[in-house]
Amino acid sequence: MKLTLKIWRQPNPATAGAMHTYELDGVSEDMSFLEMLDVLNEKLNTSGEEPIAFDSDCREGICGMCGLMINGQAHGPEVTTTCQLHMRSFKDGDEITIEPWRADSFPVLKDLCVDRSALDRMVQAGGYISANTGSAPDAHAAPVEKKKADRAFDVATCISCGACVAACPNGSASLFLGAKITHLGELPQGQPERYSRVVGMVGQHDHDGFGGCTNIGECAAACPKEIPLDVISQLNKDLRTAMVKGR
Amino acid sequence: MPVVATPTLVSPPRSTRSTIALKLVMATSGLLFVAYVLAHMYGNLKAFSGQDKFNDYAHHLRELGEPILPYEGFLWIARTVLLVALVAHVVAAVLLTNRNRRARTTRYQVKKNVASSLSSRTMRWGGAALLLFIIWHLVNFSFGKVNVATGETGSAAGDPYTLMVGSFEVWWLTVIYLVAMVALALHLHHGTWSAMQTLGFTNTAASRRRAKQAGWLLAVVVAGGFSLVPLAVLVGIIEK
Repeated sequence: MKLTLKIWRQPNPATAGAMHTYELDGVSEDMSFLEMLDVLNEKLNTSGEEPIAFDSDCREGICGMCGLMINGQAHGPEVTTTCQLHMRSFKDGDEITIEPWRADSFPVLKDLCVDRSALDRMVQAGGYISANTGSAPDAHAAPVEKKKADRAFDVATCISCGACVAACPNGSASLFLGAKITHLGELPQGQPERYSRVVGMVGQHDHDGFGGCTNIGECAAACPKEIPLDVISQLNKDLRTAMVKGR
Repeated sequence: MPVVATPTLVSPPRSTRSTIALKLVMATSGLLFVAYVLAHMYGNLKAFSGQDKFNDYAHHLRELGEPILPYEGFLWIARTVLLVALVAHVVAAVLLTNRNRRARTTRYQVKKNVASSLSSRTMRWGGAALLLFIIWHLVNFSFGKVNVATGETGSAAGDPYTLMVGSFEVWWLTVIYLVAMVALALHLHHGTWSAMQTLGFTNTAASRRRAKQAGWLLAVVVAGGFSLVPLAVLVGIIEK
């Protein structure tokens, strides 16, 4: 198939970027979206033009490294990561607009690559449990109710790709925060630091300039791991409880 | 590279100084308004039982709580609470909106709305429109008592029933009220669900569904109930 690609080009964080248009022919519908970009980059290389920078790592949908805004949707039209999106989701003659995640907390490094270390800083601010090192405890040492274990596991699938922030009109990372808070909050190991965790993570979230949640649901619709909106309710509930506890 | 965000950790954070604390202010003040509009809508329906019953009801509101409260005591307590809630709701909305605008200063060239409802996307402008409407509504029926048909104001505008029927016999005023009720329905539809979510009451798929249904129900019942009176005046069911 033949495609018209409108892609954001920006040489570095300090220089203003702009949309550039590229024509690409001979795209197979079996290619992944990133392979399609690889083909375009080969073509650019041959013609002596700077290839387009974009992030990717595992290309299996599990690492969270890739992430592009494709035709106004984070990770494109399917509920999956950009690497698992295939060209069969598009048709011959399509015009595809590709932009980096847009949030002031995710500054553009180059072209389609953004700096998502703000998500790591949120985890550093409380998204962990403190445990003494030593030999691993027995798996049944801390019993976990099945329902709680399931919920914790479901939300622990968050790969920190940042699609929730990219899709949110407020640039809020509430779905990411909610996933971390719910994951650790459902498990016994997460209880001792439960309320300092939520205050620390929300404080870091606000400090790094993410917006507030307006409960509109664009994040959950964009999440490749289908993390539901109720994790944000859990986040709000834990923050409210922390407030009552005077933290 | 000056544009890259600073890798510093904030310390020490406080729950009360977070965006979620502001959201809690929005939610609690909003739920107070929900309770108020329900009671107000119920009171308006007294118009269907005639001039005397409606005026009695309006007068009784001033005597509510007597003799423990002075004359109009309950009314002034309600007005004070509502005014404080309104200021809190608007201030929190402005602070949060400014924050949200700063969170993305470079806009997308193309951005699709996939899951968000029309009501959720019109909260800010719809809320501003409702604020303007409330100011006019108070001038119309509470502090000013303006009869737009005769130009009379204050006690000259007649008893509550006369002023109400006289107002809704003016077609363009009825249109303003009905448009405001559409804005109210949209605001309640998203606001109810959003308040439940912000307060942390929707931790399961089932409770999330119920909160959304409550939003629909309140939007239809409140905006519908309010609209019945001007519509009844328009078609002549309620008359002087």
